[in-house]
Order: sequence, then C-alpha cells, then structure tokens
Amino acid sequence: MRSTRAAAAGAVTLSLVLAASACGGGSATGGGSDDSPKTLTYWASNQGASIEIDKKVLQPELDKFEKQTGIKVKLEVVPWSDLLNRILTATTSGQGPDVLNIGNTWSASLQATGALLPWDAKNFDKIGGRDRFVDSALGSTGAQGEDPAAVPLYSMAYALYYNKKMFAEAGVSKPPATWDELVATGKKVSKDGKWGLGAEGSNASENIHHAYVFAKQHGADFFTADGKPDFTGDATVAAVKQYVDLMAKDKVIAPGNAEYAQNQSVSDFAKGKTAMLLWQSASANLKSQGMSEDDYGVAPVPVQSGTPGTGKQVNSMVAGINLAVFKNTDNLDGATKFVKFMTSDDEQKILNKAYSSIPPVKTAQSDAAFASPANAVLKDTLAQSAVALPQVADESQFETAVGTAIKDLFADAAAGRAVTTASVKAALEKAQQQMPAA
Amino acid sequence: MTTTVEAGTPPVRKSPSGAARGPRRRTGRIHRVGLPYLLLLPALLLELLVHLVPMVIGVVMSFKELTQFYIRDWGTAPWAALDNYKVSVDFDAPVGEALLHSFLVTVAFTLLSVGLCWLIGTAAAVFMQDTFRGRGLLRALFLVPYALPVYAAVITWVFMFQHDNGLVNHVLHDQLGLTDKPSFWLIGDNSFIALLTVSVWKGWPFAFLIVMAGLQNIPRELYEAAALDGAGVWQQIRRITLPSLRPVNQVLVLVLFLWTFNDFNTPYVLFGRTAPAAADLISVHIYQASFVTWNFGTGSAMSVLLLLFLLLVTGVYLVLTSRGRRAAS
Amino acid sequence: MSSPLAPPRSFLWSRRIFLTLLTGFVLLPVYVMVSSSLKPLADVTGKFRWLPTELTIRPYIDIWSTVPLARYFLNSLIVAGAATVCSVVIAVFAAYAVSRYDFRGKRVFTVTVLSTQMFPGILFLLPLFLIYVNIGNATGIALFGSRGGLILTYLTFSLPFSIWMLIGYFDSVPRDLDEAALVDGCGPLGALFRVVVPAAVPGIVAVAVYAFMTAWGEVLFASVMTNDTTRTLAVGLQGYSTLNDVYWNQIMAASLVVSVPVVAGFLLLQRYLVAGLTAGAVK
Repeated sequence: MRSTRAAAAGAVTLSLVLAASACGGGSATGGGSDDSPKTLTYWASNQGASIEIDKKVLQPELDKFEKQTGIKVKLEVVPWSDLLNRILTATTSGQGPDVLNIGNTWSASLQATGALLPWDAKNFDKIGGRDRFVDSALGSTGAQGEDPAAVPLYSMAYALYYNKKMFAEAGVSKPPATWDELVATGKKVSKDGKWGLGAEGSNASENIHHAYVFAKQHGADFFTADGKPDFTGDATVAAVKQYVDLMAKDKVIAPGNAEYAQNQSVSDFAKGKTAMLLWQSASANLKSQGMSEDDYGVAPVPVQSGTPGTGKQVNSMVAGINLAVFKNTDNLDGATKFVKFMTSDDEQKILNKAYSSIPPVKTAQSDAAFASPANAVLKDTLAQSAVALPQVADESQFETAVGTAIKDLFADAAAGRAVTTASVKAALEKAQQQMPAA
Repeated sequence: MTTTVEAGTPPVRKSPSGAARGPRRRTGRIHRVGLPYLLLLPALLLELLVHLVPMVIGVVMSFKELTQFYIRDWGTAPWAALDNYKVSVDFDAPVGEALLHSFLVTVAFTLLSVGLCWLIGTAAAVFMQDTFRGRGLLRALFLVPYALPVYAAVITWVFMFQHDNGLVNHVLHDQLGLTDKPSFWLIGDNSFIALLTVSVWKGWPFAFLIVMAGLQNIPRELYEAAALDGAGVWQQIRRITLPSLRPVNQVLVLVLFLWTFNDFNTPYVLFGRTAPAAADLISVHIYQASFVTWNFGTGSAMSVLLLLFLLLVTGVYLVLTSRGRRAAS
Repeated sequence: MSSPLAPPRSFLWSRRIFLTLLTGFVLLPVYVMVSSSLKPLADVTGKFRWLPTELTIRPYIDIWSTVPLARYFLNSLIVAGAATVCSVVIAVFAAYAVSRYDFRGKRVFTVTVLSTQMFPGILFLLPLFLIYVNIGNATGIALFGSRGGLILTYLTFSLPFSIWMLIGYFDSVPRDLDEAALVDGCGPLGALFRVVVPAAVPGIVAVAVYAFMTAWGEVLFASVMTNDTTRTLAVGLQGYSTLNDVYWNQIMAASLVVSVPVVAGFLLLQRYLVAGLTAGAVK
C-alpha cells in the first residue's frame, strides 16, 4: 500500500500548490494597465426587447467609437439571469470585461468587492466632470461618502401606465393619484376576467422596488442611518402589507400574478387583460408587443394622500443602469475613453431614445424626444420624487431576502391564506435574520 | 432461494482472474508494472483536475470568511476556523434552521422520487418482459423522457404547471372540476408535488432501462421449472424475478439516490434561483447561499457537510446491502 | 416469461391498465411540446387548449433569428461530440487496466472515481473556474470561456460512470480471447483494440450515449463557463425566457429542435444500450 499512500500524498500536495496559486486570483493585475490599447471588452445588460435587438442598437455606436479612436470594442450582451453571476466570477478570477453595465442598485455591493474603478475627481474630469450628471442618478452609484463605483448611463423611474379604453369603459375619467383611488378604480375595472393592476409577484427585484417606495411613503426604511438592516419596524411592516394587500385584501391584482417573474404582467397589460401597471420606462416594451402609444396614458405612481410628484412624497426608486470599469483592465485609457463616449450628449440621446429611458446627463435631457408626455412624467419623477435604494454593501442580499419574503407572502395571498400584520412581520423577521450583519 | 440470487450474475463474469497471469508474464516487466498506470493516467489526471483538486480547494474555502469583501483576492480572506460550519449547523438560528429544513425536504423528496422511479421502472420492465404487439414501440416511447435534455423537458413542465394558462389546471380544474379554483404549482406548497412529478417523469426510465437489462440475465429455465411446479405468473414474479433483481437493485437504488439528491438542473429550471420553501432542495439552497447571497465560505461548508452525509449514507448502505447479499447466499 | 401456462386474466388486465396510464403520463409533455410548437402565439398565451386554432410553422422559422440558435447548436455539437469521444477513449483505457491487471492502488482508484459521483457540483464550480483561469494565466491555454474547458469538464463528469460500466463489460469478455491475441504476438494494446473493444461494442455505445447526454444537457457549469461565442444550447435556450413576452410556442419549438438529435440517437442505439447495460452495469 506504500505507493497508494505516496500517490495520495502527491495528489494532496498538487492540490495545495494549485490552491495556493489560485489564491492569486484577481490580484495579479490588480492595478490596471494600458497593455493592450487597441481592444476593449464590453458587457452590456439586456435593455431592449431581446439580446439580438440590443446588439443591433449598440453595434453601430461601437463602430462609431472604433472610427474615432481606433479601439475595437468586443460586445457581449449578458442576459439579466446571468449578469450578476458573471460579474461575481469575473471578480473572483480577475478574468472579466474592461467595461460593463451594472444594475444601479448593485453599485454599493459591487463597490465593496473593490473590483471596480473608483470614480474620483480625477477620473471624472476625464469624462467631462461630475457636474454633467443629474444628482438623483449619482445618488445610486455607490455608498455615501465614497467615490462612485460607476457612472450613470440610463435612468428610469416607475410610472403608472393605464389603459385609456378600459378606463373609459368603466367610467373612470382620470388616473388615480392615491392608493385608495387606485383600489377604487381597480375594483371598477375588474370584471369579466379583467383585473385592475398587474404585478410580478415572483420577481424579487420588482417586489423590492415597490416595497421600498411603500416604506418611504410610510416614513420608514429597511436600513438604519448607519446601514444596519431594520426590516421589522411597524411602519415597514405596514408598508409591505399594503403592497401585498393589493392582491390579498383589495383584490385588484389577479392571484395568478403571484407566479409572474418574466414580465408577464407587461404582456397582460399590452393585451388589455389588466388596466394598470406600475413599471419603469415601459413604452419600448409595450410598443414591441403591439400596443400603440395612444392606447395608454402615463401618470405618476400614486401616493398615500394628496397629489403625487409634489412635496416630499416619494413615488419611485431611482432605477437605471450604470457603467463601470473593471479595475484590472489592461486598457485603462481606452476604457475611460469609452465611458466618455457612451456618456457624451450624442450617444446619450441615441441610446436612451432606443431604450425609452431618460439620459442621466443634464445636457442630453433637453432633447425634444424626452419631453413627450410619457417621458415628462418619468423625468419629473426622477427629478423630484424618486429615491435611491439603500446604497449599502448588503443591498444584493437585501433584495434576495426581502424580495423572496414578499414573493412568499404573495404566494400566501394567492392561495387564499390570510396575510396579517403578524404574518408579514414574521416573514420580514426571518428575512432580517438571514442578513449577514444581523 | 439461494440459487435464484446467484442466477442474477452472468456466468461469464466468473472467469478466474488468474487466467490472464500466464501471458502477462511473457509481455515483460515494464508492461506488467507500468502499463496499467499508463492506461489510467489520463483518467487520473482529469479526475484530479476537475473533481479532486477543486474539491480540496472547496474544502479550503469552507474554512475562510469568503464574502463579497474578499472574493476578489481570496488569499487575503481571513480564516474563519469552524465558523462557517457552526453557522450551518446551528439549527436554532435562521441559517442553520433553513439548511435543516432544506435537508429534510431533500431527504423526503429523494426517498419518494427514488421509490416511485424504482417502482414504476420495475413494474414496467416486468410487465414488458414478455413479447406482445407494440412492445418495441412502447419501449422506445418510455425512454423518451430520459433521453430529452433536462432543460427542454423541464421547461415544458413549467409551461404545463402555469396557474392561468397551464394544462394541469386546465385538466384538473376546468375539465374535471376536481378543485374549487385553479391551484398554484410553481409557488407555495404544491411546488413539492410539481417537483416530484417532474423528477419521477424524468427519472423512472433509467430504472426501467437498468431493470430491463437485469431481467435479461435471469435464466429462462428458472421460470420453466417454476411453471412446472405450478407457480402462476404473479408467483413467478414474486419468487423468481424480484429476488433475482436484488443485485441490480443494490446499484440502481444507490445511483438513483445520489443523482436525485444532488440534482440541481431540475429544480433550477423549474423554479429559478430561489425555490419555494416546500421544494427548497439542498443543491439550490447551497447555490443560493453561495451565489445569491455572495457567501462562498458558508456555501462551501454546507457542500462539505452534504458530501460527508452522502459518503456516510453510501458507506452504510453498501455495508448493509452487501451483508444482506452475503447472508442470502 | 415462456411459461407454458397462459398468463391469467388479472395479469393481462393489470398490464394493460398500467401500461396505458404510464404511456399517457410519458407522452403528455411530449404532446404539449409538439402541439404548442405549432401554435400561433395567441394560442399559447391564453388558456390552454388541446388543439391549435391553426397550425403554423412560424415558430420554427423565428427561433433561428430570436436567439443565435444555430451557433449554440454548433457549440453544443462540438462540445458534446468531443467530450464523448475523449471520454470513451479514456474510459476504455482505464477500464481495461482495471479489468485485466492487478496493480497497487486499484481499489483506491475505483473507489475514488466512483465517489466523485457524490460531489455536489456547486462545491467545485467556483474552484474549477479558478483553476482554469490560473492555468490560462500561467500557460496561455484558454480553458475558461472556451469550448476546450467545457469539453474537459464534461468528459470528466461522465468518466466515473463510464469507467465503472466498462469495467463490468470488459470483465464479461472472456480472457481467453485476449490471451489468444497476445499469443499471436499482439501487444496488450493490440489485444485491447483488436479483441476486447470489438467484443465490447454495445457497452461502449452505451457509455458514449451517456456521455453525450450528460454534455448536451448540463446547465450550471455552462452558464458560468461560456460566453457569447461559446454558449451551448442548454444555456442558450434560456435566451427565450429573457424576452419581453414569453414566446412559449418558440420555446417549445426550440426545445424540440434541440431534443431531436439526442432522442433520435438514443432511440436508434437503445438496443445496444440494453445489451451494454445487461453485461456491463447490471451484475
């Protein structure tokens, strides 16, 4: 048996050597360099109706960039289902793109890994300065007091989309301004298999976006001022319950929506199955599904009382996509140039029009295309009543934990089980205990 | 009974292992010593590269505090000693409690799935032992679920299990009127049933295939002798077929158990990255602990615990079943 | 059962009922897949209906442009094909060594190889990824993101079961045969390829089918280890569900298209499979 033991010892040694070398991971080229100045790899998130459409939108722009600078950009559009995993593995191994898109709510989480290039004053100067960007968009680029981990690229906000014809048939003359009005309106239009409002009950991120706005409207938050999770305060519980009650108690959301996670609620709206939808920048999406812009109206998301969009009533999160540079890029100069290009006025107008989002660059916003009634609502919301999701390192875990808790609450509601203050509180308590800091 | 058990092993296999000794001596010393190792080398290297070394690294990771703050350069991640394990098995705290729940769900799911797969597969194989019209076609049909790529098969079930537009609710609710209102299959408690259905649908043909192969090894004379003794078909199945299948079952059940317990593809395609509590299988649970909450240290610790459990079960199972077989013969 | 007594009525009826129910269970999803793939979009987004309102082959045309299905197909073919060939060759060598030679460490080898079946994939996903990246950095061989890395991974996934099955099969090939070949002056490898392999064709086919299926359907590793140009079908198909509308008819059509090669191959080779398993695995 001696040789066996020797072989085993050899195997273990080999593993340890490999393990040790694996530890080198991302640090090998930690600083970033300009070793390959002629190429860049760009991971874009999926913004259009499909990945192929995204390629058609982006490729001509990348060609333009190549003509200007001689730098060839290799584009990969990464589906949302894979994006965070791909970023994580890229972070772990140091083997990633040079420039990438991140969901702006992930900014602080990814910032904590230290893999992204910090945008200090010097870096900002290279792309025309921090002042070019709208404040609300900058508020979602990393933890407060630290240099942003990314630069805003597309901005979006939630709005209430409503079906004009269904409203007219039900005798509703104007979009609801408060939740009570929304419930009343929803009840009026709910008949013959049609429902008032659509929701994505199984989509953790959507749940978080809405729950956070409700929490803000109740004067609550999910995190304390110093970034500790705090999910179980009375106001927070009431906020989450109010959202789930739209299905459980008010019955304006169809129970079937509890299992939606793939934008089925948008399809339902486009097909006239639901009369209202709370969505961010839905026009391009609705158009691709054959719903004409004349068929629906866009209004600010309702508030608890009064008129939305006035005073201090929050009615949307700051949604959007940020552009980040991997710290260990081997074409730092080119990456910066590319960020400058993508945030230039011209590109901002072209890209944001294509994706029906709002440019986070002030000078690009003035374009007439962003002054249409639908876009005006989004623009005003972003400027006045949108709030960034918590910029804490645990944001990603928060989305998972609380988003899943709400998904389970929707499942309860759909199955006809009672959703009570106690059951909401219990679900949130469980979510909070799963948080790393707890 | 003794003879029937022995009958399960094909006689050819019994060729004495000493028979090859003579010629091998003639091929020379180098071959005799080096050749087998040379032949094993590619397999050995690949196993080391893809299975064993990564596993060792995985075990190392389980002793580290590998959260998002350290993944970029995990050489610098602080050693966590046994913290990751303590968190995983502290069943009074939420993480451990969730792991225990997931573990129990997986055990229940695996037992039911393996049991049903075995039962259906064996029944089908036994019923199809005789030739009858359409047997060949039926056999081909039965193998289709196993041959289908997991993704294609499971996504079809997702389509069928939808609440509003799925076939399952259409049949159960609209056509048969068995439920007061359409049920949810992909969320809530029923998700366990949905998962079990898909798993059995996909897995039983494997049992069918193996048992069918095992049946070919049962000598016909046994049946003829039994028939002469006046045993009917049912008695033949009970007295000859099932006991003869014991050695086959020993391996089949173990393989099914391991594959089902570690199955990731089915729940992942069926439910996405967060499974409903009722169907929270351990593989997806660990995936979530690692990738969704970015805590690779705890995730690795859970994987190691899972591996230890499977090793233990396999060891005990093999000892028990082998002893059973030896006692029987 | 060649019983001289005709099977009793109870047996025949149980068989009829059981096999009918089972056929229904097995075929239901297959029917749904086929019929839905021929439906217009409106039929699959509304209430389920057994029969299409009209038949259309539109989904089969659209699937190629919605996602680059042809490229994924090619990638899967290359990856699964190469993994299968390599896995079979390597398994044949290893199984021959274990079956025909006594050597130190034999037991350790077989036990270790088989025990890898117990490893949860999630445990070594990240480490394997790191190893590939480091090999790439050290030697310039791009394993991560390339088809090569995926081929290596998949062929190793199917190795344990393949080796184990082939050991059983080779054991059942009489040793007199290779002895005769050795006497005739063949080397051990000559004996392997001229005598043992031809006698073990069913077992080898069974192993090849298994290896191909493993590589064709794997999702977890492919989702992390491939990029746009090397993505395989199993991951690429998910592209349909990231669209704004869920095009169920296209998803079903694409699922069918990716299933046809494996299912057809599987059914064509099923006779070998049963024969291979009979001698190889089931003892």
